[in-house]
Amino acid sequence: MTASRKKSREIVEAGLARRRRKEATFRATGMLATAVGVIFLGVFFATLIVQGASAFKQTFIKLDVVMSESVLAPDGELDLAYADFDGLVRNALRRDFPNVSGRGERRELYRLVSVAAGYELRDLVAGDPSLLGSTVEIWVPAASNVDMLIKGNIDPSIDESLRPISDAQVAWVESLQRSDRLETRFNTALFTNGDSREPELAGIRGALMGSFYMLIVTVALAFPIGVAAAIYLEEFAPRSRWSDLIEVNINNLAAVPSIVFGLLGLAVFINWMALPRSAPLVGGLVLSLLTLPVIIIASRAAIQSVPPSIREAALGLGASKMQVVFHHVLPLALPGMLTGTIIGMSRALGESAPLLMIGMVAFIVDVPGSFTDPATALPVQVYLWADSPERAFAERTSAAIIVLLGFLLMMNLAAVIIRKRMERKW
Amino acid sequence: MTETKITEEEAVPEARRVETDGVPAAQKPNGVAAHTVVERVAELGEKTVGEVRCDNPFIVTENVDVYYGDNHAIQNVTLEIGKSEVIALIGPSGCGKSTYLRCLNRMNDSIESARVTGTITLDRQDIYGSDLDPVALRARVGMVFQKPNPFPKSIYDNVAYGPRIHGLASDRAELDEIVHTSLDRAGLLKEVKDRMDEPGTGLSGGQQQRLCIARTIAVNPEVILMDEPCSALDPIATARIEDLIDELSRDYAIVIVTHSMQQAARVSQRVAYFHLGRLVEVDETNRIFTNPQHKLTEDYITGRIG
Ligand SMILES: Nc1ncnc2c1ncn2[C@@H]1O[C@H](COP(=O)(O)OP(=O)(O)OP(=O)(O)O)[C@@H](O)[C@H]1O
Ligand SMILES: [Mg+2]
Repeated sequence: MTASRKKSREIVEAGLARRRRKEATFRATGMLATAVGVIFLGVFFATLIVQGASAFKQTFIKLDVVMSESVLAPDGELDLAYADFDGLVRNALRRDFPNVSGRGERRELYRLVSVAAGYELRDLVAGDPSLLGSTVEIWVPAASNVDMLIKGNIDPSIDESLRPISDAQVAWVESLQRSDRLETRFNTALFTNGDSREPELAGIRGALMGSFYMLIVTVALAFPIGVAAAIYLEEFAPRSRWSDLIEVNINNLAAVPSIVFGLLGLAVFINWMALPRSAPLVGGLVLSLLTLPVIIIASRAAIQSVPPSIREAALGLGASKMQVVFHHVLPLALPGMLTGTIIGMSRALGESAPLLMIGMVAFIVDVPGSFTDPATALPVQVYLWADSPERAFAERTSAAIIVLLGFLLMMNLAAVIIRKRMERKW
Repeated sequence: MTETKITEEEAVPEARRVETDGVPAAQKPNGVAAHTVVERVAELGEKTVGEVRCDNPFIVTENVDVYYGDNHAIQNVTLEIGKSEVIALIGPSGCGKSTYLRCLNRMNDSIESARVTGTITLDRQDIYGSDLDPVALRARVGMVFQKPNPFPKSIYDNVAYGPRIHGLASDRAELDEIVHTSLDRAGLLKEVKDRMDEPGTGLSGGQQQRLCIARTIAVNPEVILMDEPCSALDPIATARIEDLIDELSRDYAIVIVTHSMQQAARVSQRVAYFHLGRLVEVDETNRIFTNPQHKLTEDYITGRIG
């Protein structure tokens, strides 16, 4: 007995070194895998921030605008819709650079400021008609090429023909800088404007609101339907070939390419039900179809994880099946269900393919104000901007991605907080 | 270990079992004649030894069979349970004690593969009859489980849950009263009266089990089923529960499954011995432990099976 025990001990000890080696290798592999993941993530975020951070700033030029009545109301009557506010801007620029002559040079000069300058002046006068006749000092956004130059995205040292901004324009910009008539400020337009052909005017508010409305529709539909389906399948449906078939199909649906849902939405909601295209309502319907399987699967898992002893306890006290579900199972499963829902929502928020099918890829300037207004969504906006040739849209693309990620981060944070608060560790 | 033993025994042909199980009469306790060995073979599966009837029957099960799919878990069990008696169900693991117990409040309904045949009456009313709702039945036949399973709610809400769903209290004061008396009867009130709002799961195992008992008696049942209520408890907590069972047996019929002979001897008036899905022997507790009529019962209580 003692001999054999001694022998077992020797065998165990002989094997120890090998076991430790294996463990060390496994740990190293694990760490390596984690490190690779973290590095990729780091590179991704770093490039995004490097490319996108500048979009949160915007170059502005100071103009002394004379609200001349002869320009705005040549016939003595001020008509805001037709008044030549651009003329005021041009006059102001000419006054700043009196040496500029010739039509070509002047046109180049006028291109220093954004077309938004005229709109801003109009809004100013609309708000306070008494300004007519006075001289106003106003900061207007610079044109996107000037903005790019200031941000260093256009290199003034390369050959003039290779850049979208001429030598003369570069010289004017430098002169403006010297006289403190040019500065960069926070780009509020990015958050207050809808899309625009002019990069300096383009904002993500339209896409943000579109995404927001869509998510509301998605949550309102997918969460109750998904949870109800999960409860029915888990608690009430008799196990049969049918329920197995449904289960397999739900699992399959979760893996169906999202564009297929877009095609379905196009056929059902737009062609058959005649809902408006490009509307967040339709987008939300499509996205709820997309997230429904995810929510059902997560909810079923959450229901299954409720300890059977709790059900038995309630049943044993004479609770009906409904009471067991609503008093005990649901409260315990809810954190898991909500987590699943938010994961589904995050996926929905990042989807662009199905939205392309239902017309949410259109160029839409107005910020949507309701569920049926035409809209885009954040990922579609990213796609649209990434596709635009203007140099200034590149940084805005990154900025839109940053905002999208921020949105996602907030949702996931909400998921964590909800789980923490509801998951009572009894 | 136990499981293999049972299956082996099951597989052994009847004839051989006589030989292998046959113990020389010299080794047997006084009063048990050798011929019972031969008798047992014929009897296992035929008829229960001892007295299945009782004076004042409250629960009557006649020829009850339970199947889990193809598994015939309970075979032809006939047993009467009296109005205010404690009956202990004993037997080796897997012999069907829990299954039988769960027939009495139709908890087997929730197991999809389970099928129950035969008649079970509670106070002469067929509990598997179509006119009886299992919800109403379970309000009359309470159950305490092996593992304490308080709800993840406060102590108060745990006890108040049953009365609430059945609408037993008309106002808050009445509910308070029910909760307090139930906790008091379960011997827990002193320990928890200052922390009724704390979670029931924060109590010790023994306290949790008493909470579960309080929760059960708050519904004011007529019968309490207990499935190894002390198996997760230490001897002190066990003693408290046993005292409680004693106390409760005045007002309730109690059916308790236990693996402890001592416990069965201490708390019960009658003992039913199950073996491989059959009810082998039922008798007064004293008789079972001092002079069992069946060889299998004897083997079990002397520790040769299970
Ligand atoms: N839910 C179930 N589904 C299928 N078979 C079951 C189920 N519950 C029990 N059984 C089977 O029924 C038989 C009796 O089981 P039961 O739980 O009643 O035994 P028991 O006497 O309570 O055992 P223990 O003392 O170990 O608790 C066993 O063969 C078991 O495998
Ligand atoms: Mg059992």
